[in-house]
Amino acid sequence: MAILVDAGTKVVVAGITGSEGTFHSLRNRAYGTQVVAGVTPGKGGQDVEGIPVFDTVEDAVEATGANTSLIFVPARFAAEAIYEAADAGLHLVVCITEGIPVRDMAQVGAYLRGTDTVLVGPNCPGVISPGSANVGIIPGEICAPGRVGLVSRSGTLTYQIVHELTQRGVGQSTCVGMGGDPVHGLGFIGSLERFEADDGTDLVVMIGEIGGDDEERAAAFIAERMSKPVVSYIAGFTAPPGKRMGHAGAIITGSSGTAVAKAEALEAAGVQVGRTPTEVAELVRFALS
Amino acid sequence: MDLYEHQGKDLFERAGIPLPERAVASTPQEAAEAAERLGGHVAVKVQVQMGGRGKGGGVVLVHSPEEAAREAARMLEQGFGGAPVTRVLVERLVDIAAQFYAAISLDRSEGTYLAMVSNDGGIEIEEVARTKPQAIRRVHVHPVRGLRPYQARRLTGHLPPEAREGAAEILTEASSVLEQTDATLIEINPMVLLTDGTVMALDSKVTVDDNALFRQPDVAALSDSFPIDPIEQRAREAGLQYVKLDGEVGIIGNGAGLVMATLDVVKQAGADAANFLDVGGGASAEVMATSLEVILSDPSVRSVLVNIFGGITRCDLVAKGILEALERVTPRVPIVVRLDGTNAEEGRQILAEANHPKIVPAATMLEAAERAATLALEGAA
Repeated sequence: MAILVDAGTKVVVAGITGSEGTFHSLRNRAYGTQVVAGVTPGKGGQDVEGIPVFDTVEDAVEATGANTSLIFVPARFAAEAIYEAADAGLHLVVCITEGIPVRDMAQVGAYLRGTDTVLVGPNCPGVISPGSANVGIIPGEICAPGRVGLVSRSGTLTYQIVHELTQRGVGQSTCVGMGGDPVHGLGFIGSLERFEADDGTDLVVMIGEIGGDDEERAAAFIAERMSKPVVSYIAGFTAPPGKRMGHAGAIITGSSGTAVAKAEALEAAGVQVGRTPTEVAELVRFALS
Repeated sequence: MDLYEHQGKDLFERAGIPLPERAVASTPQEAAEAAERLGGHVAVKVQVQMGGRGKGGGVVLVHSPEEAAREAARMLEQGFGGAPVTRVLVERLVDIAAQFYAAISLDRSEGTYLAMVSNDGGIEIEEVARTKPQAIRRVHVHPVRGLRPYQARRLTGHLPPEAREGAAEILTEASSVLEQTDATLIEINPMVLLTDGTVMALDSKVTVDDNALFRQPDVAALSDSFPIDPIEQRAREAGLQYVKLDGEVGIIGNGAGLVMATLDVVKQAGADAANFLDVGGGASAEVMATSLEVILSDPSVRSVLVNIFGGITRCDLVAKGILEALERVTPRVPIVVRLDGTNAEEGRQILAEANHPKIVPAATMLEAAERAATLALEGAA
């Protein structure tokens, strides 16, 4: 078992004919993921190494039964690609693209609230359920099938921690890279909720970083709703305090957004917080032994 | 991108928000002339991209052109909060009857904007939020519909009756500035009621979304006036995220989270990072070379730690980049290199074959941090 993506996932890649789109589509397919279609306006009828390309997502869904969108298009077209995927009825959209304006994402978020579509990202490394499906850019070879769920705001830091888990013989059910943008789709809470309900997950690793209050909110959710153990890491204990414009941010969250504040909130909710990636992997191994 | 107060006020003015008469001055002479023209009783306000000006001596009320010149000279000479100052704002004093706080800001956890008005203005708004939350009215602003008139009425309904209409207009106009400039923060602290019944904005803090600058050319052009450290400038031109810190271990990594974690691990190993440098995805030889040049130009660096976890980034290219950089710059300190992920084996092989005297390979992130810390502390001794 896993969350979000599995052997039944059929991916349509928006921006498949771009260099990154092509590279990662083929890599995901080589991993065993069903990459059934690509979309590039004006290139319908072509193919990328045997993956058929369509002009629209709806065309791709009709022809191939795709149920998940993976987006690589440039930032200024990314919001459009998300709307198109949602309107084609896809239940999961994974948006890798970075640099999308906040206003576009706020509008996308408001739109998606009225649909059944779940967005992961943007500015994220994607989702992998080791052994069954890789939808994004997480290197498959550092993962191993297992029973630890992982959710993270970071990209390469996720790889570091997954790598350390795998090296210790600790496999993963699903790794979710939720992305680091201020306005994003699925977050810690949505991921934790799914891991809590997943029979294939025994423990969850949650990787946060300084800024915002996602971790504090997750801590409140964990205290109330999680029966499975959670181990966490927060990056940025030694990061210098950023210069701050105005007071609005602090008034909204009531939080300082520092790593210490986040770690304290999580520890108060019964979460073990490792101070380095290595310590996190050790805590997980110990908790499972 | 954080705007100067006077730049934010120019945006306010175009949207119709009432403001005090004012002029920008970049010399004491210009400040004196502006004060003269504005009637002598003025505020001289330092223009910097940070808050805390009121408490830090960055806003001074004066009563003659001579005093205005003197304060302007002090601000231009001393800078503010460690930042250089190239201009001040000279503003006519107004007769204030009451002070409020108004802001529209991105609310990350709700994924939309939040407008707020406090009827208790002045400096310590965070204190008000803690101790008198009922003084602050909050309304979420839909990212498509914008701030509706009924919402502006609700937000300002706890202000003195004579301030409500003017304040509601300012909120509506501020909302249109936010929409039209892709701002993520507009803060007016204070928004004031004058004795003649006018409501106006005495200050402006505007932050514009960096990701939207491609479609905001007029706003993007304002950055030409911001002072930039030459090393940071160089890094920025190469597409690197670089922040100077106070320690002795130079850090190069890919991805903000991994770089922050590297800083933390170096600290745990007993040393301090000299910088934050994120090469982003797809670190080419050219990018690695520039990164090393940037780091090594900092005299306090005693060792360098390169921590790369390849995803999109290929470690063989990183290794080639390091070697190429070492042809361009002669390193005075050891460079600890840790490579993992995509093509890591090939990358390590390339470095091993080169057998460069300054390169110290490390197998794990922890080991790399410990080596770099030890070398830095030995180098400093």
